[in-house]
Amino acid sequence: MAVILEKKLVRSPDIFYYRIESPLLSKIAKPGQFVIIRLHEKGERIPLSLADINPEEGTISLIVMAVGKTTTEMSTLKAGDEILDLCGPLGQPTHIEKFGRVILVGGGFGVAPLYTIAREFKAAKNEIVTMLGARNKDLLIYEEEMRRVSDRVLITTDDGSKGIKGVVTVVLQEELARNGADLVMAIGPVVMMKFVCETTKPFGVKTIVSLNPIMIDGTGMCGCCRVTVGGETRFACTDGPEFDGYLIDWDLLMNRRKMYIPEEQESFEAWKKRHAHLLVKGC
Amino acid sequence: MKMVRKKQKAKIIPHKVPAEEQNPMERRSNFKEVSLGYTEVTAVKEAMRCLNCSRPQCIERCPVHVPVPQFIRAIKEGRFKEAIDKIKEVNLLPGVCGRVCPQEDQCEKSCILGKKYEPVAIGRLERFAADREMQYCRRSVSELPVSTGKKVAIVGSGPSGLSCAYELAGLGYKVTIFEALHEPGGVLLYGIPEFRLPKKIVAREVQSLRDMGVEIITNAVVGKLVTVDGIMEDFDACFIGTGAGFPRFMGIEGENLNGVYSANEFLTRVNLMRAYEFPEYDTPVKKGNRVAVVGGGNVAMDAVRTAIRIGAKDAIIIYRRSMFELPAREEEVHHAREEGVRFELCIKPVRIIGRDGWVSAIECIRMDLCEMDESGRRRPRPIKGSEFLMPVDVVITAVGTNANPLVTQSTELLSVNKRGYIIVDEETGRTGTRGVYAGGDIVTGSATVISAMGAGRKAAKSIHTYLNGD
Ligand SMILES: Cc1cc2nc3c(=O)[nH]c(=O)nc-3n(C[C@H](O)[C@H](O)[C@H](O)COP(=O)(O)OP(=O)(O)OC[C@H]3O[C@@H](n4cnc5c(N)ncnc54)[C@H](O)[C@@H]3O)c2cc1C
Ligand SMILES: Cc1cc2nc3c(=O)[nH]c(=O)nc-3n(C[C@H](O)[C@H](O)[C@H](O)COP(=O)(O)OP(=O)(O)OC[C@H]3O[C@@H](n4cnc5c(N)ncnc54)[C@H](O)[C@@H]3O)c2cc1C
Ligand code: SF4
Ligand code: SF4
Ligand code: FES
Repeated sequence: MAVILEKKLVRSPDIFYYRIESPLLSKIAKPGQFVIIRLHEKGERIPLSLADINPEEGTISLIVMAVGKTTTEMSTLKAGDEILDLCGPLGQPTHIEKFGRVILVGGGFGVAPLYTIAREFKAAKNEIVTMLGARNKDLLIYEEEMRRVSDRVLITTDDGSKGIKGVVTVVLQEELARNGADLVMAIGPVVMMKFVCETTKPFGVKTIVSLNPIMIDGTGMCGCCRVTVGGETRFACTDGPEFDGYLIDWDLLMNRRKMYIPEEQESFEAWKKRHAHLLVKGC
Repeated sequence: MKMVRKKQKAKIIPHKVPAEEQNPMERRSNFKEVSLGYTEVTAVKEAMRCLNCSRPQCIERCPVHVPVPQFIRAIKEGRFKEAIDKIKEVNLLPGVCGRVCPQEDQCEKSCILGKKYEPVAIGRLERFAADREMQYCRRSVSELPVSTGKKVAIVGSGPSGLSCAYELAGLGYKVTIFEALHEPGGVLLYGIPEFRLPKKIVAREVQSLRDMGVEIITNAVVGKLVTVDGIMEDFDACFIGTGAGFPRFMGIEGENLNGVYSANEFLTRVNLMRAYEFPEYDTPVKKGNRVAVVGGGNVAMDAVRTAIRIGAKDAIIIYRRSMFELPAREEEVHHAREEGVRFELCIKPVRIIGRDGWVSAIECIRMDLCEMDESGRRRPRPIKGSEFLMPVDVVITAVGTNANPLVTQSTELLSVNKRGYIIVDEETGRTGTRGVYAGGDIVTGSATVISAMGAGRKAAKSIHTYLNGD
């Protein structure tokens, strides 16, 4: 059992922040790692990245986008409610050292884990350039937080409602051409990570991505999370979730993530019918 | 003397008293237990078959030395409570072992009766004793022993961990189990299906441990949340029973297509996460019309029979040797056949073919069985040009597991062999690190429930000796 101490809306209507009591976990968790939660007896196990780790206070934070049954059900919880199972930290921590100039590219809820990672890179005396991309300005999250831990923040929106008009990869390319970088790290939607890698490849800059295949146990027992990296089968939960972006078989990852779409919809629809009353927006 | 012998001989019933089973056609579509077990009447009748040998071989052959003749005699005489108490002196999980032990290779293999007739149905009787207790007896919470004031940590709650905990708690140690998953039980819970081992039996045994004061911390992945080194700072000793749950794949083309599962994933979805009750439970599983399971062991049988129950029209076992070499228990194979499983033997998958990202067929090659290999089995050799396609929509690989490296990689001082299994002293279960013991599948590789329990028990005894300063 883990108690939600605080919940707030990060971006209306579907991205929420949860601060959760977890004394032991918060003491050893590292940026780049994730947890698996199960909301109740009948729930599925879903992986979520650590968006913040606070050992003094004994809490961890998650930033979760309500996309389907479980994440939406989670969004109906309030401060004081409990999550039945919280398991972690899982996966390998981000490899932090002094690289020099580090470009961090975030999209969607991927910005959340980037924040703790950025903080560590900063502490390791790297220069941090953060790039956040979204369709429009209302979809951007965590900009303020990222500014605090970055030397520079570049924003792009598809419609030009904020920052530079265009996609993040264009800005990334310009930045690489002008100033170069020692490391690029991208966390966000699979397509975004794939295009980031295509953009950095001509520059030969080491590019790390954080993969999000479907998982169950998170301990290497089921093989559900397998991905192909450099032609080899690896388990994202134990070997990852971060890998060298140049080696990923993206099509395979995208395909495997689609495995349960009809079932996910069925389960979500059934849930919505039963819980229409819970679906009030906000906290 | 002569008279007596004659009398006994006359009484011998050559065959086991059959236990009732759920009709194959009916059970194909439910997860209820296949074998209904003995009733009091049939149990007593079967117990009468036991000769109560003066030098019983059956005990020797049981890895934990269950006092077979004694408990059977108690059943024969209607003292059912005494029967279960006798078994429990050495076996914490009789309801489990009675069901899943490969008795034909263990206790029943050396039953004297088995030399000429069918052996005594020791497994079924053991199960009967356990089930009857569950049905009728209030659990006697045995008096807790005086605390030794010492603490032992156990990593993993499979049969090895549970039996080690049971033993140590009984000796007065404060025992804490760390389990990675959200429920304790190990393979008993996530691997072996409900229709062979109802989960309430495992839950009950776990409860009796809790009643003895054993603390079970779930969602605690050792190697991540805590390390063995960290544990040793807080505890006086530690037992590692993390199993061999790292799935192996075949390394052939198409293995990461949608619709290809490891047996572990398929069974975990269905058993632990209850995908067969989807969408009541949240976790889905692909049902598949034509399901191919690659492998011939118990795990393969469990997977294929599970596939049938969730709706496969055609469920196929693909095995590279012949029926003769099939490693699964005879009973499982028999049940699988009754349920309509198709056995495709002497073939080996070479490639999985996909359409739009999904499995559509599996390409196999026929095998010729040639000379014996070191294991005494005939070595299969592919026949050139004999490849053929089998249309399928789900493939489940049950080709074995490896050691899970989470614990060993995070603990510097544990020595492992080249396959990643922990090296221990066979007599004591002691690892190279002081106070740290290990047993079960993480030492031996995939074995059996009862051997894992035996190892847990043995290690508990050594831990007891160690903590008493010997
Ligand atoms: C290492 C890792 C870290 C993640 N971190 C975050 C995070 O910080 N914040 C966040 O909002 N989301 C995160 N996710 C994704 C999150 O796990 C999924 O959004 C969630 O499982 C969806 O569940 P659902 O029932 O709400 O939606 P569903 O309807 O089940 O699925 C919606 C989509 O999510 C994907 N998905 C479904 N089940 C899983 C699963 N068990 N694991 C991964 N993806 C799945 C599917 O591909 C599907 O397209 C992370 C995933 C991974 C693997
Ligand atoms: C499908 C299937 C069917 C089988 N059928 C039979 C049968 O009919 N008869 C029979 O005798 N045997 C059978 N077996 C084999 C038998 O189940 C195993 O030999 C036995 O369970 C091994 O016990 P164990 O205690 O060593 O490990 P396991 O049962 O594997 O338990 C290990 C436990 O440790 C936990 N763990 C792992 N890593 C960590 C970690 N880092 N931190 C914390 N916890 C961890 C796991 O989650 C698990 O709960 C079967 C196995 C399978 C997979
Ligand atoms: S524990 Fe298993 S091997 Fe031992 S007597 Fe019971 S059924 Fe036979
Ligand atoms: S060997 Fe067979 S007949 Fe003899 S005591 Fe054991 S079970 Fe009974
Ligand atoms: S989630 Fe099961 S092996 Fe990675």
